[in-house]
Amino acid sequence: MTRPHLVHPRHVQNMMYIVLSLMAAVVVLPVLGLLAYMMIKGLAGLNPDLFLKGSQALLPAMVGTLYLVLLTAAIAAPIGIAAAVYLSEYAHRGILVRLIRLAIINLAGVPSVVHGLFGLALFVMMLKFGRCLLSGAATMALLVLPLIISASEEALRQVPQRLRDGSLALGATRWQTIRRVVLPNALPGIMTGLILSISRAAGETAPILFTAAFLSLTNPYPESLFDEILALPYQLFVMTSEMPSVPAETKWATAFVLVVLVLGLNIGAILWRTHLRRAKRW
Amino acid sequence: MRSTKPRRWGERLIEGAIKSTGIATIVFVLLIFVFLLKDSLPLFGHAKQTASLLGTRWLPTSEPEQFGLIPLLLGSLYVTLGAMVISVPLGVACAIFIAELAPQWLRELLKPLVELLAAVPSVVFGALGVLLLGPWFAKTLHLPVGQFAALGSLLLAFMAIPTIVSVSEDALHAVPRALRAGSLALGATHWQSITRVVLPTARSGLIAAGLLGLGRAIGETMTVLMVTGNAAVIPQGLKGFILPVRTMTATIAAEMGETAHNSTHYFALFFIGLLLFLITLVVNVVAEVVVHRMGREAK
Repeated sequence: MTRPHLVHPRHVQNMMYIVLSLMAAVVVLPVLGLLAYMMIKGLAGLNPDLFLKGSQALLPAMVGTLYLVLLTAAIAAPIGIAAAVYLSEYAHRGILVRLIRLAIINLAGVPSVVHGLFGLALFVMMLKFGRCLLSGAATMALLVLPLIISASEEALRQVPQRLRDGSLALGATRWQTIRRVVLPNALPGIMTGLILSISRAAGETAPILFTAAFLSLTNPYPESLFDEILALPYQLFVMTSEMPSVPAETKWATAFVLVVLVLGLNIGAILWRTHLRRAKRW
Repeated sequence: MRSTKPRRWGERLIEGAIKSTGIATIVFVLLIFVFLLKDSLPLFGHAKQTASLLGTRWLPTSEPEQFGLIPLLLGSLYVTLGAMVISVPLGVACAIFIAELAPQWLRELLKPLVELLAAVPSVVFGALGVLLLGPWFAKTLHLPVGQFAALGSLLLAFMAIPTIVSVSEDALHAVPRALRAGSLALGATHWQSITRVVLPTARSGLIAAGLLGLGRAIGETMTVLMVTGNAAVIPQGLKGFILPVRTMTATIAAEMGETAHNSTHYFALFFIGLLLFLITLVVNVVAEVVVHRMGREAK
């Protein structure tokens, strides 16, 4: 017994395919359109003075962000990669590994502004670093740590077991195998993960609101870890939401520079990863 | 085998160091919790302040200060709920499109595009809202203001969609080919197979996708701070969506910079942070449990 259909199933199917295609288009096209609009507006507003002159100059903010992301990576990468090595090479199934995975998931889910609160309480107040480059980078490092761990673990797991077996069979110890065989083979994958984390850190604002960022400084370029910094996303935030007097072109141009920086890093990492996946078929 | 002994010693040391970084991740989560707790507990020292938390007014700088959390909780609820209403159907539809319908070339174009969507910084979404969308909506729809709850929902939806798409797509891919093939062999159309076989099988994964998107939306800060107007009022009915609201995250971001260390206001903001931490913790753990169950069902 088949149920009689009001509309033939094939017509329903065709109709639903159209609806689904439209919905997929709605996900991608409006944002692409908005970004394109921002690009055009921003490109029109770009000029050399914007980078060097005035209190909203972009260059010092870009340098501040550069320092911040480099220090963030320097703090987070060793811990993140080592944790990934533990999960992929040493750990056995068990309660500890489940707890670590749960911790990573939660670390990734903590709202960025809560990371900011934590950084304020621990680095700025308790350890008395003050509002500075180091506090901001340490806070940001905690935020990107889960990203680095998952990307590195995936890269490590893609190294075929037979390479490890071969190395161990030749008499190498576990650590020698990891250092000379596994890590070098996983390095490109780990690096793409690192680039993605850096681009994330470059765009985040909430974690540095109370831990590092200032709007104008007498000395715009930090000279030590304990100096305050300017940061591109923070500058964009303050400019658009609290400074109606700044001309719209300047705001668009600032957004443009930030988007180009962050998405540029991302596209680079994605292309590199695609290339790796094609090149390395074990 | 002269060097065996020191080498084994070194191995142990390195292994211990590597293991400790794994354990460090647990310590970090605990540290965040402890510090949030430590700086919000003093709030409960006075019965009067504790009672005021349940109030309907958030007036941290008036005399007497009032720290009613209801408007902030409702603000977050409105913005997040709106975002989910937009992002879940769109995200799941997009995942079905990528997993089931799109030809190879389109799939290879769409997947990185959605990933790129996730990479757009939240201040940039905020700037788009402030500079372009807010004024445009206010003009075309004759709204009283250009900063309102639904605008936050809309932008948050586009930030949650990449998470929903990628988790849903994984869930759809995890459905065994045999099930799909069986349904088609029985004469069902592709669409019938999707709705009656693939989607029900992938159910837990889709729920997890929604939950992870929800977690992302609740915790979003900068976009919401910039576009929702930040008025700590209690939103009323559907009209609340086109009026300004203030979320929990935006309150912390806006006020922490101007608050005296160890003032009641400071403790209250940390308490909001603690609540956010606990909410996202529960959402993420539930999502993880659901995904885990999905893994077992697939076997």
